[in-house]
Amino acid sequence: MNNAVEVLNLTKTYGDVHALKEISFSVTKGELFGFIGPDGAGKTTLFRILATLILPDGGSALIEENDIVKDYRKIRQLIGYMPGRFSLYQDLSVEENLRFFATIFGTTIEENYDLVKEIYSQIEPFKTRKAGQLSGGMKQKLALSCALIHKPDVLLLDEPTTGVDAVSRQEFWEMLKRLKEQGITIVVSTPYMDEASLCDQVALIQDGAIMQISTPAKVIDSYPLGLYSVSTSDNYQLLLDLKQLPQVCSAFAYGQAAHLSYRKGEMTKEEVKLYLSKKGHQDVTITPIKPTIEDCFMELMQTSGQADK
Amino acid sequence: MRRFWGFVVKEFLHIFRDYRTLLILFGIPAVQLILFGFVITNEIKDARFAVLDLSMDETTRQLTEKIVSSGYFQLDRNLHTYDEIDEAFCEGDIRLVVVFEPDFARRLEKEKVAHVQLIGDASDPNSASILVSYASGILNNYLLSMNSEAIPLQIHPETRMMYNQELKGVFMFVPGLMAMLLMLISALMTSLSITREKELGTMELLLASPLKPLQIVLGKVFPYVFLAFIDACIIILLGWSVFGVPIRGSVGLLLFESFLFISMALSLGILISCITNSQQLAMMISLVALMLPTILLSGFIFPIENMPKILQWFCHIMPPKYFITIIKSIMLMGNGLYFIWKETLILFGFTLFFILLSIKKFKIRLTSS
Repeated sequence: MNNAVEVLNLTKTYGDVHALKEISFSVTKGELFGFIGPDGAGKTTLFRILATLILPDGGSALIEENDIVKDYRKIRQLIGYMPGRFSLYQDLSVEENLRFFATIFGTTIEENYDLVKEIYSQIEPFKTRKAGQLSGGMKQKLALSCALIHKPDVLLLDEPTTGVDAVSRQEFWEMLKRLKEQGITIVVSTPYMDEASLCDQVALIQDGAIMQISTPAKVIDSYPLGLYSVSTSDNYQLLLDLKQLPQVCSAFAYGQAAHLSYRKGEMTKEEVKLYLSKKGHQDVTITPIKPTIEDCFMELMQTSGQADK
Repeated sequence: MRRFWGFVVKEFLHIFRDYRTLLILFGIPAVQLILFGFVITNEIKDARFAVLDLSMDETTRQLTEKIVSSGYFQLDRNLHTYDEIDEAFCEGDIRLVVVFEPDFARRLEKEKVAHVQLIGDASDPNSASILVSYASGILNNYLLSMNSEAIPLQIHPETRMMYNQELKGVFMFVPGLMAMLLMLISALMTSLSITREKELGTMELLLASPLKPLQIVLGKVFPYVFLAFIDACIIILLGWSVFGVPIRGSVGLLLFESFLFISMALSLGILISCITNSQQLAMMISLVALMLPTILLSGFIFPIENMPKILQWFCHIMPPKYFITIIKSIMLMGNGLYFIWKETLILFGFTLFFILLSIKKFKIRLTSS
């Protein structure tokens, strides 16, 4: 096997809290691999272990065939790590930050300028500005430039788009795609479900355990239920009423509408409509829809929650 | 090596960007030295004193006048019995009592020895010691002027410090202050600088980089060695120019020893920051665990010989104690390395110990918190 990242039964506990429960996955070279999960799922712990910053309690992990515990020195030269929190020097200018990170990795800005050019050129007009005074999106670009400047083989990005506006988030993902084309393996985590479809592979993670690893398309294909998008004039009451239907598996708010999942073949559009108008709802619209990653996530969460009980 | 210099350059940028740090670095030493210095030197003017003259002859009257005319003292009252001494201290602002023994002049002439007792109010020990030494100086001067006559006469001033039997001199302050300030600046500044990286999260990136612990630790110490060294020069220069503290020994040696002490304090600061995670804790440790012992247990203010045995042992592991001994030896006594090699070696040992321990304690990973 020639995987960029190979993780087997990785475990980490903090006292009674199981941050990671025997996680296994592998990332092939040049892949864009996404971890999707809510806050507290264990994403940051996983990234810190991969970045050799904390030791796991059990299991093993290899990055480019280097063990994260034994060969941590080699790994530190190989990876580009971008922590979830903005961790550059706020009192140094944009250029000084980049130059510093180039120097401590034993390279120069000029040497690897090609690699960061596309991203860095966007913030270069502000290169004398202090990093602390940049906007959220620009900070992200600078942090990515700093993580890239030494030409890493594997890029570990822990929630790079958290706290960044929608436009910058989209730009950021486009940048990642182009980096992938240059052969860099990228492991990224995000709490935003809509970003999952941009990855080659996604791992849905919840409470320290991976629920599913697959391509985004396959994740959606494997959705076992039927799904309607329902909206009426009173969305709050709608959710309460929907949950009382025996055939309904789940009902949750999704933007302006409610997503209603049901066991396939057990319920028709008309039945729901009839039920809702009996309950006194007006302007009822019901459309069958294809599930999104978020629907899949909610479904997986529910089944794994039931399994726990 | 290029990585190391890159790190040092970054540290310098941090320091120069932070005006408050700069102000602390260079403002505090000057201000404190001047404050401390003037508080000491201005104190003795028109100090009130009382005379218990049991002899009442020409010589004792002349001596009393001498003391009054020196400008340092002001005669408050004449006492008549020993019992009044305590009372006089308790009642008034009297800070010194001069006691002449009975038949003072006659004894001086016949036995060539006469006794005068100086009683200081050592509830304020530093000024008491200064007053006593001034008074005995005046008496000695008088003696010298008598000696111009053929027969060598002698007056033996017998001093007794009430409430505190032993005291140290004034010049103690500049060396002591130097030790204290260098310790404060060096240890505090560096201990803050590593913990700041931990708090801001930048340590996470440094750790995930190929930088070695030694490069990070030394890179942190390096700029502060420079800055603290400039501080040492400011203190020596101010002490010499404003307060007339002499530099009798070699200036080069003095600077070398200061350099050694600074390195020691810096490595101690690094050690503190390696074992703490917040700037606040690092600051508390530097201030409480370092400053107080430096002031109290280094012989700076309180003489070590007077302390209980256990505390004396503590004093021996206080690096500033050795530094103060060294500077006093160089500045005031004019001694060379020959006399202070032992203390120098000890300071060197401390430095090495702290640096090695820091590197060992330096965490190559994040602490699980």
